[in-house]
Amino acid sequence: MWAGSQERAIVAAMVDKRMTEDEVVSELKDGMTIGIGGWGSRRKPMSLVRAILRSDLKDLTVVAYGGPDIGLLCAAGKVRRAVYGFVSLDSIPLEPHFRQARQSGAIEFTELDEGAFYLGLLAASHRVPFYPTRAGLGSDMLTMNPELRTVTSPYDDGEELVAIPAFKLDAALIHMNRADAAGNGQFLGPDLYFDDLFAMAADKTYLSTEKIVPTESLLDEGSVHTLRIQRIFTDGVVEAPRGAHFTECPPDYGRDEAFQREYAATARDPEAWEAFRATYLEAPSHADYLKALEARS
Amino acid sequence: MSSIAEATIDEICVVACAEAFRGDGEILCNPIGTVPIVGGRLARATFEPDLVYTDTVAVLPANNFPVGDPDAPKVVESWVPYRTVFDIVWSGKRHVLMGASQIDQWGNQNIAAIGDFRQPKAQLLGLRGAPGNLVNHTTSYWVPNHSTRSFVASVDVVSGPGYDRMRALGSPSNRFHEVRRVVSNLGVFDFQTDDNRMRIASLHPGVTVEQVVEATAFELADTDEVAETRLPSEEELHLIREVLDPGGARKAEFR
Repeated sequence: MWAGSQERAIVAAMVDKRMTEDEVVSELKDGMTIGIGGWGSRRKPMSLVRAILRSDLKDLTVVAYGGPDIGLLCAAGKVRRAVYGFVSLDSIPLEPHFRQARQSGAIEFTELDEGAFYLGLLAASHRVPFYPTRAGLGSDMLTMNPELRTVTSPYDDGEELVAIPAFKLDAALIHMNRADAAGNGQFLGPDLYFDDLFAMAADKTYLSTEKIVPTESLLDEGSVHTLRIQRIFTDGVVEAPRGAHFTECPPDYGRDEAFQREYAATARDPEAWEAFRATYLEAPSHADYLKALEARS
Repeated sequence: MSSIAEATIDEICVVACAEAFRGDGEILCNPIGTVPIVGGRLARATFEPDLVYTDTVAVLPANNFPVGDPDAPKVVESWVPYRTVFDIVWSGKRHVLMGASQIDQWGNQNIAAIGDFRQPKAQLLGLRGAPGNLVNHTTSYWVPNHSTRSFVASVDVVSGPGYDRMRALGSPSNRFHEVRRVVSNLGVFDFQTDDNRMRIASLHPGVTVEQVVEATAFELADTDEVAETRLPSEEELHLIREVLDPGGARKAEFR
């Protein structure tokens, strides 16, 4: 049905968007609003996050179904505002570095219902100012976010709904199992999460991937339904094997729970944080990070 | 019925959670937390066979399988990534049974933060899906540590709105709101009162009204003649112990 590995089609030459993590970060600026794909401690573009950590970038607004991406960026003082429905490490329910940032008042925050969050991404993707939802009525979501407005149905029912504003993103960072050099991305795990919407909601989207494959090999490992990131929405492709470490990236690898526990423990211990930072976060490249991981065992 | 006499508090709570789903029919049963998950699977395995439930990752398994075993074989009947979960929330075909760090007499629930949300004493999970859940479909709660710190006079943040908030909101926004029951380690509570204040529906065996009143920071309705929580049947004990939670993961929630 589709021309796959058995029956190669001729592929027209496509734009080559390959770049390094540091080249991605060089395109970001202070004060930008940056969306990060994945969910909790799942398929996060961690090699790109670490590249931000070792840069001079500051005052970022970070928009994510949050996990260690938000935690690390908070711990490194990169975040002016976090926009989230939750921030969790999944197997460790509360993200300790994010908690510290909230409890010390170090960051501004926009906390939303996690379904409403989806609508903010969807509105930005579709270039409409908002999407309406019932979510938030009656709860403190509106108290916590006084800038949120409600809207009245123009039809006979006249129902009042919350208008979730479009999350316009300057840039989005996502991590895919496979991609081609032109920026077509493929997820092979059980859930795409909202990565396609992050890509569409952003002016620029940078995609890291476990492996760059030729376009004609994209159907070798997954069905056509797994090709959910289209190159018209991507601007850079970074090959980063184990690029989501220590978050999970099935089927390529699971979460590194031992490493995650070590990361979480650094929130209680400044010396441990210094050691963790020096060993893993100051590694000058993703390749050096992988070497530091090898030295662990 | 010697085995019934041997039922432990965690098993009684599992059955009380299962009972939350009685009568729900063909909807998504979405318990969160170990005792609720074992309870939801028990309801589906016994008196509510039409329920569908999640594997907490991204599929709906059609078979009974144990908690805490990622390698347990699953018969997959559908795919439900997170985006679809939200779609189902908004469709109304879902009943969530989730935790509450704080809950008040109207069923207002807090899982977001302790203290002033602007700079909380303790940042908790965040609002998560609670605001959307409550205004779209039936919700129940599981509180394993019933005390005046969890059953509070007033919650610090309203993640999931209760009956007073929904009354103030009025029709039509309140039309899908139902807090069905609250299961704690001491008893089962619901809102079947004239003004939807929390009342005692039943107390677990050996628990006294005085004990519950002492552990609750607001006045509970219906403290006169209190029923005892239903005990697990032999079939239910077998399913809990041998099929759904052979490793006893449910016991870890009682501390």
